[in-house]
Amino acid sequence: MHAELKQLVTPGDLLAEGPYFAGENTYRDGSKIYSSRIGLADIIGNKLIVVPIKGAYIPRIDDIVIGRITDIGMSGWQVDISAPYPAMLPASETPMDRDAGRGDLALHYGVGDLTLAQVIAFDRTRDPLLTTKGRGLGKVTSGKVARIAPAKIPRVIGKKGSMITMLKKETNTDIVPGQNGVILAIGKNPDQERIAIEALYMIEREAHTNGLTDRVRAMIQEEMKGKVVG
Amino acid sequence: MLDNQNTIRLIDDNGLRVDGRRLDELRPIKIEVGILDKADGSAYLEHGRNKILAAVYGPREAHPKHIALSDRAVVRCRYHMAPFSTDERKSPAPSRREHELSKVIRESLEPAIMSEYFPRSTIDIFIEVLQADAGTRCAGITAAALALADAGIPMRELVSACAAGKIDGKVVLDLSDVEDKKGDADLPVALMPKSNVVTLLQMDGSLTEEEFVQAMEISTGACRKIYEMQREALRQKYHIVKEQEKEEPSEVSA
Amino acid sequence: MSTTRQSSPVAKLEQKTITDLISKGKRVDDRGTLDYRPTTITLGIIEKANGSAQVYLGKTKVVAGVKIETGTPFEDTPNEGILTVNSEFVPIASPNFESGPPDENSIELARVVDRGIRESKAIDLKKLCIEAGKKVFMVFVDIYILDHDGNLIDAAATAALGALVSAKMHEFDVKNGEPRFKEKIMSLPMKNYPVSITSAKIGGAILLDPCLEEEQVMSCRLTVTTDKDNNICAMQKGGLGVLTPDEIKQIVSTSIAKAKDLRAKILPNVT
Repeated sequence: MHAELKQLVTPGDLLAEGPYFAGENTYRDGSKIYSSRIGLADIIGNKLIVVPIKGAYIPRIDDIVIGRITDIGMSGWQVDISAPYPAMLPASETPMDRDAGRGDLALHYGVGDLTLAQVIAFDRTRDPLLTTKGRGLGKVTSGKVARIAPAKIPRVIGKKGSMITMLKKETNTDIVPGQNGVILAIGKNPDQERIAIEALYMIEREAHTNGLTDRVRAMIQEEMKGKVVG
Repeated sequence: MLDNQNTIRLIDDNGLRVDGRRLDELRPIKIEVGILDKADGSAYLEHGRNKILAAVYGPREAHPKHIALSDRAVVRCRYHMAPFSTDERKSPAPSRREHELSKVIRESLEPAIMSEYFPRSTIDIFIEVLQADAGTRCAGITAAALALADAGIPMRELVSACAAGKIDGKVVLDLSDVEDKKGDADLPVALMPKSNVVTLLQMDGSLTEEEFVQAMEISTGACRKIYEMQREALRQKYHIVKEQEKEEPSEVSA
Repeated sequence: MSTTRQSSPVAKLEQKTITDLISKGKRVDDRGTLDYRPTTITLGIIEKANGSAQVYLGKTKVVAGVKIETGTPFEDTPNEGILTVNSEFVPIASPNFESGPPDENSIELARVVDRGIRESKAIDLKKLCIEAGKKVFMVFVDIYILDHDGNLIDAAATAALGALVSAKMHEFDVKNGEPRFKEKIMSLPMKNYPVSITSAKIGGAILLDPCLEEEQVMSCRLTVTTDKDNNICAMQKGGLGVLTPDEIKQIVSTSIAKAKDLRAKILPNVT
C-alpha cells in the first residue's frame, strides 16, 4: 500500500498496487488503485476506500431522508431531498387512503411541507421513490431543521452513536438525522430545540477537530443553564 | 525595452523578459480553495496579474430536463470575463471568443470527470475572469479542476494547464499580456499529469516543428509543477481533517 | 415581461423558525434588528480597472470595477460625462443564478445603484467634458455579484461607491477635440457619497440588512439611499408585501441615521 491509512488524499493519488479491491471513491487502472475524491484513505479487509469530505447526496435504498414537498401530482407528491434527482412519494406509499383524489392529496401534504421518509427504490434509470409507511415516518409538523453537508452526517451520529446519544440526552430533544444532510430536532421546548440546532452546526464546522464531543457537550450545558427544562 | 529602431524588444541582452523573468520561468501563482459559500466547490487563482474565480455546482438536477443524458452527467462550462477585467472595457455580453473558450475548457476538464456516476444530472462549471493578463484559459482550467475536486465530484485526477509561446524568435514559458500581443506564437496546453495525456491544445502564430516540440516540453513541464501547487492548495484547505479523524474516527457510512 | 416567481425554496416549518425568532426580537445570526453584518471593503483589487472595490457583507461578496473611456455625449447634456451602471448576477454566486443576459433582479439592482449615484450627483460629470457636444468621458461601473447571502443592493452600492472613490485617471487637457493625457494622476472628480440602506419586513418587524434566509421569508424590502447632506436621493420598494405610511416613515428615519453611520465607516476621510 502506498497511502497511509487515514491520510488525506486527492483525486488521482495512488493508494495501492496489487491484490486489493477498489472500494468507494477509488478506481482501478491496471494493477493500481487511485483515489477519485478528496478524503481520507481507509481499508476494510482488503477493500480500499476513501471517506469523502464533501459531495452531493446520492440516495441509497433504505436511507432515511427529510424532504420538502415541491409539487402535487396525480397520484403523489414530488419531494426535494437535496439530491441531484427529485424524489417521488406516491400516495400508495403513505398511510392515506389509496383512492384519494388530487384534492385530498393537497390536504395531506401541501407544497412547502416536510416529510420524514425512507428511500425504497433508486437506480441509474429512474428518480428515487419514497415511502412513509415505516414507524415514525410521515409529515413533520413541529421542531426545527438543520441542513449540513451529507458527508458530515456520520460525525453527527458518532462512533457507535456516541455523539447523537449525547446530543439527545443533553438537550432533551429527539434528533433525527436524514442521510441527505437534513436533521430534525423535535423537543417539548423551542429553546432546547434551538440549542440542539446550534450544536449540530457546531459539529459541522468543527468536524475536523479533536475532543469535539466534549466541547459540544460543554457548549450545550452552558446554554441550557437558566433555560426551562422540558 | 526599446532597441535602436524604437520597436519593443521582449527579451533583453541578459536573456530577461519585460517583467524580469527568464525564458522558462512561470509567473507567480497563488491559490485558494473553497472561497465561496454558495457554490458546491470553488477556487480562486492568481497567475501573474490574472485573477480567476472558478465555481462548480453539481451533480444537480438537470434543467431543462430534456438535456439530461441517460448514462452520465451532462457537463456544462461557461468561461466569462468581467467588463473591468481587460485594459479596455469589455461588453458583458458573451463574445465569440468566450464561446470558443467555454467549449475547449469543457473538453479539457470533462475527460477527468467520472460523469458516468451521475446519469441524468448536470455538473456546471463557471469560470469568471476578474482580471486578465494572458493565459486566462489555462488559469481557468487549473482553477476549475480544483473547484471540481472541492465540490467532491469524482475525478480520475486533476487537470492543470499552462501556455508556452515564442517571442523574439525564442521559445518561452507562460506569456504575459504584452508578450501575447507582440509575440510570434501562443500555445496553451492542459495536461492530466498522472496519465500524461493532453486534454487541451491550441496554437496560433508561427512555429517550426522543433520549436513546437520544445514548446510542448516546457508547457507540460510547467503543468506538472502547477499540479503540485494544486495538490498543496487542497491539502492546505483540508489538512486539519486528517488530524481529527486520527483521534476520533467517525462511523463510516455504508 | 415580469412573472410571479415560483413558490419559496424554504419549507414552511423552517420559515416559521425564522418568523418565530423575529417575533421575539431575535435574528437567526443573533444580530440586533438594526445591525449590519460585519463588513470588509478592499479598494483597488483590480489594478487594470480605473477603480475597483471588493465588499464582503457577512457572507455576501461583491466586486465593482470602474472603467473610464471616451465617447459621445447625450444630446441634452452636451457638456457632461456619461455614467453607466451595469450588474451581473453571475452563476458562481448562487445556484439560482443562470447564465445569460441580466434578469429583472439584476437590472433592478443596477438601476437602483445608478439612481443613488446619479441623483446625488456623486460624480462631477461636468468635469468629464472633453469637447462639448463631441467628446466626453464615460464612466462605466460594473457590479459583479460573487456570493449571494442576501442584501445584494447595499453590498453592490457600497462596492460601487468604493470603486468610484478609488478611481484614478490621468489629468488631461484638450487639443483638437481629443484629450491629451499628462503624467499626473488624479482621482475621478466626486462631489457626493450616496449610501444605500435596505430594510426588510418580516411579520410586523422591520430589520436592516437581511441575510439570505431572512430575504427568503420577508414580505417586502425598502431601500433608501441618502447623500452626505442626509437628503434622500433614491428609494425602492421590492417584493409583494405592503407597508403602511407609518412604517415607511420609520424606515426612512432609521435609514438616514444608519447611512450617516455607515458613510463614516466606509469613507472615514470624506464624510
